Amino acid sequence: MLGDFDFGVIVTALPYLWEGMQLSLLLTGLAAIGSIALGTILALMRLSSIRLFQWIGAVWVNFFRSLPLLLVIFWFYFLVPLIVQGQVDAFESALIGFVLFEAAYYCEIMRSGIQSISRGQAWSGYALGLNYPQTMRYVVLPQAFRNMLPILLTQTIILFQDTSLVFVVGLADFMTSAVTVAQRDSRLVELYVFAALVYFVMCYFASLYVKTLQKKMHR
Amino acid sequence: MIKFNNVNKWYGSFQVLKDCTSSVKKGEVVVICGPSGSGKSTLIKCVNGLEPFQEGEISVDGVSVGAKETNLPKLRSQIGMVFQNFELFPHKTAMENICLAQIKVLGRTEDEANTRAQELLDRVGLGEYGNKYPSQLSGGQQQRVAIARGLAMDPIAMLFDEPTSALDPEMINEVLDVMQQLAKSGMTMMVVTHEMGFARRVADRVIFMDEGEIVEDATTDDFFGKPHSDRAQEFLSKILEH
Repeated sequence: MLGDFDFGVIVTALPYLWEGMQLSLLLTGLAAIGSIALGTILALMRLSSIRLFQWIGAVWVNFFRSLPLLLVIFWFYFLVPLIVQGQVDAFESALIGFVLFEAAYYCEIMRSGIQSISRGQAWSGYALGLNYPQTMRYVVLPQAFRNMLPILLTQTIILFQDTSLVFVVGLADFMTSAVTVAQRDSRLVELYVFAALVYFVMCYFASLYVKTLQKKMHR
Repeated sequence: MIKFNNVNKWYGSFQVLKDCTSSVKKGEVVVICGPSGSGKSTLIKCVNGLEPFQEGEISVDGVSVGAKETNLPKLRSQIGMVFQNFELFPHKTAMENICLAQIKVLGRTEDEANTRAQELLDRVGLGEYGNKYPSQLSGGQQQRVAIARGLAMDPIAMLFDEPTSALDPEMINEVLDVMQQLAKSGMTMMVVTHEMGFARRVADRVIFMDEGEIVEDATTDDFFGKPHSDRAQEFLSKILEH
């Protein structure tokens, strides 16, 4: 079977696959930015002294962590159009689905990050006359974010892998492009091996980078 | 300037402050001492509302700390506070530490804030250290930056919560010296400390607390000369023998 492994197929398909990869990276980047921002807000809500906020944060996290990501993507692609009575763009709906879903995970990371900052830091911000948003923005969150950077990046690597699920709504990301070429040229082996290799190399080196970053920070 | 009126505070069912009543006049330096767990730190944190209290009243320059309508951030910006563990912002340089609240709270321009910060760093003897991060400074240096950070807000009073307790012995004096200068310049100060030498030299009055109560509130000479209560006598004999 591997005897007639044809590299030529991959080479010819490279420009097309690269376009898919660009979409994967764009989706990962936007989803990461959106869900880290939303996750941070949710974390602040969970840690707030206001009961209602705590409750909203907790419900959000528990709800999305109990659903398969695939279902959330389906939901936003197939059910939201029924509700709003109109077409939704596949990219936008996938992006919204990812942000809402991943925010639940980033929330828990940011929550432990914020809790890792001593109470005295917030106190000294307040004592200087900074209000709550200022104390969070200038004192607590930058430190929490820095402490959690390796874990945030690790979660983003997982997010990158998960973007391959947009296959189900027909978005031409890297995975979908590979599948398309594989079926068009009847070259399943070549394309699936290549796709696996690309995902592996990218994610493996990214996590190696995270590891060195972690070591550097602990020094 | 600072008035306490029958202040009571509980942590759950445990009462940390019992009917604390006292006052600090403008320009006065008051040292609060007492055994650990006596409520000294809690009392001083109530002055700028970092710790809430359930009963009684505290007012600073006529503004009630506990009242709902009080603008706490504004009040706090007028009261400098120095903590036991310095609490400098580790991700900012000494200069940025001193400038942050000047810019964000007082609305000073970056230039104004920098100029003021440099003046204060010079004053605490750290003029060359503006671009160092806290982790690059010794404990004593960090605490002096923290004092400069408080002073940068041009406060009407300064609170010190055990400012030398976390320091190695050889660094205590550099911090106490800065505080002594500050006292001489007429700053209103409340200082929680075990440094009885400092209290004797600098304080106008000494408040002795035990188990959440103000047991003794006397002029410095009276306190060290003839403390009224047995508990204060016992405390002094323990602390002064060494």
